[in-house]
Amino acid sequence: MWSYAIRRILATIPVLCVVAIIVFLLLRLSPGDPAAIIAGDNATVDDIAMIRAQLGLDRPLLQQFVFWLGQLLSGDFGNSIYLARPVIGLIMERVEPTLALSVTTMAFAMLLAIPMGVLAAWRAGSWVDQTIMALSVLAFSVPVFLIGYGLVIGFSLTLDLLPVQGFVSLSDDPLQFLRHLVLPTIALGLVYSALLARITRATMLETLNEDFIRTARAKGLAEPRVLLLHALKNASVPIVTTIGTGLALLIGGVVVTESVFAIPGIGRLTIEAVLQRDYPVIQGVILVIAAVYVFVNLAIDLAYPLLDPRIRF
Amino acid sequence: MSTTILGASLAEQPRRRASLLRRMRRYPLPTIGALLLILLVASALGAPWIATHDPFEMNVVDRLQPPNADYWFGTDAYGRDMFSRTLHGGRVSLVIGIAVAVASTIIGLVIGVIAGYFRLADAILMRIMDGLMAIPGILLAIALMSLTRASVWVVVVAITIPEIPRVVRLVRAVVLTVREQIYIEAATAIGTGFPRLMLKHILPNTLAPLIVQATYIAASAVLVESYLSFLGVGTPPEVPSWGNIIAEGRLYVQIAFWNILFPSVFLGLMVLSINILGDGLRDMLDPRLARRL
Repeated sequence: MWSYAIRRILATIPVLCVVAIIVFLLLRLSPGDPAAIIAGDNATVDDIAMIRAQLGLDRPLLQQFVFWLGQLLSGDFGNSIYLARPVIGLIMERVEPTLALSVTTMAFAMLLAIPMGVLAAWRAGSWVDQTIMALSVLAFSVPVFLIGYGLVIGFSLTLDLLPVQGFVSLSDDPLQFLRHLVLPTIALGLVYSALLARITRATMLETLNEDFIRTARAKGLAEPRVLLLHALKNASVPIVTTIGTGLALLIGGVVVTESVFAIPGIGRLTIEAVLQRDYPVIQGVILVIAAVYVFVNLAIDLAYPLLDPRIRF
Repeated sequence: MSTTILGASLAEQPRRRASLLRRMRRYPLPTIGALLLILLVASALGAPWIATHDPFEMNVVDRLQPPNADYWFGTDAYGRDMFSRTLHGGRVSLVIGIAVAVASTIIGLVIGVIAGYFRLADAILMRIMDGLMAIPGILLAIALMSLTRASVWVVVVAITIPEIPRVVRLVRAVVLTVREQIYIEAATAIGTGFPRLMLKHILPNTLAPLIVQATYIAASAVLVESYLSFLGVGTPPEVPSWGNIIAEGRLYVQIAFWNILFPSVFLGLMVLSINILGDGLRDMLDPRLARRL
């Protein structure tokens, strides 16, 4: 058990190193002079030289990398060029809306998709199954902004039930916080639900064919008990794994959804940084998000024995 | 003579083609998807001839008109015809969808074969792929877009790079399975060289799952392009891509929702039809994958 856990934890190190190298090289290997791109069209030669020195671009590549990595490990993600403030502070300021939207979306998707997937697998081949699967392909294909603006026009502008856009902090007003999250959560949650419903259905189909399900039914267990306690519990590992790897898709969706609903989260921060060519911020956001992704998936892997006692590392 | 494992059904192609009509009745959904896609592709390719107006022509007098007999999809804030712009928008999506699917498949195939066949390269290449997969695709694409001035081809590169790891994993998995087969051993024993072994005996097995994967990548690329353009970091704003049209229309969503509705619906239908086609191809070409998903 422990040797697997330790190996699994150690395995995150090369991945994180590769992410760091990719993020580092992103700027250095870009075509053209990054300092000139950052400085913009109206920059003088002195401006460019200053930015180059500020970013350390005038030193050898390897030396730059070691210096940069050392800073990262000590928690220093550099300073924003545009705002001249530490990147990590900028990210922390924007983390609440993004985290809130991610959590509500995930909860919404799980509540919607897992019952749907179970239902589809239970009635596999029937019209119920076909409808659910057709809806999931549809939800997976429709752009977030079509659902988003559709909801805004319907619920906010026409019915005047919910706020059009924006974000209110949980500490300021919990009710408004939730009201502002309803529409973005649905808009984004439908996409994520489609992914989860498909994997739930597929793993449930496999599990329902197992002998122990036939035994459970043969000894007269009620169908809900067979489905939920026997089948779903055994199908939980692939479903939870998909929730983890689907995080990449979710975060991508969050970036777009924040833009549709004018939510001042990390997605908006990234877009603002790109438009201002504020590379330290872009690098910081990617590093933080990739690290979150790696650690969440690590936690999920390590939680497998809790979900399925047959798994022993 | 090639022996295929995953793509065993490919050998039956001629007989299947003969009964195309019967197959279309048996798989109604993929058929609808394919027909829808053909319609959308035709409307994009034929845009210069089908369009009723010049997509760039501004008629300030007619700005923000709702759909009517002259402007079928209404007009935007500059009085440009939304019908013509929407049709032209499909051209960009089409180019990007195809280019990303082809590029990521070819690059992924090469890297996947190397990783699957050479143990030393495998360890290094797969760590790089793991690292790439830890960065959400859209985020990486956004970061890549910030490096140079936007153009359609920069968008293609930015969307292709995040798609490569999944192709590599797929190809590598197939190569790893196939290389242990006895017929590969037999081929090696009679002195088949590496290039011939690859091209004739190993690569054909990757064909079926790759075609399916490439379809999904095309669908995802069309969607991601629209997201990038919508966010203002995609195709140059003067190009009428669906994402750009929607990004411009969002300012007038309260008074002219058709500026968002029509391009979004076209975009959704294109992605949907490619995804349905992909599901159909998967069921037909790759029964093993179909069962797994």
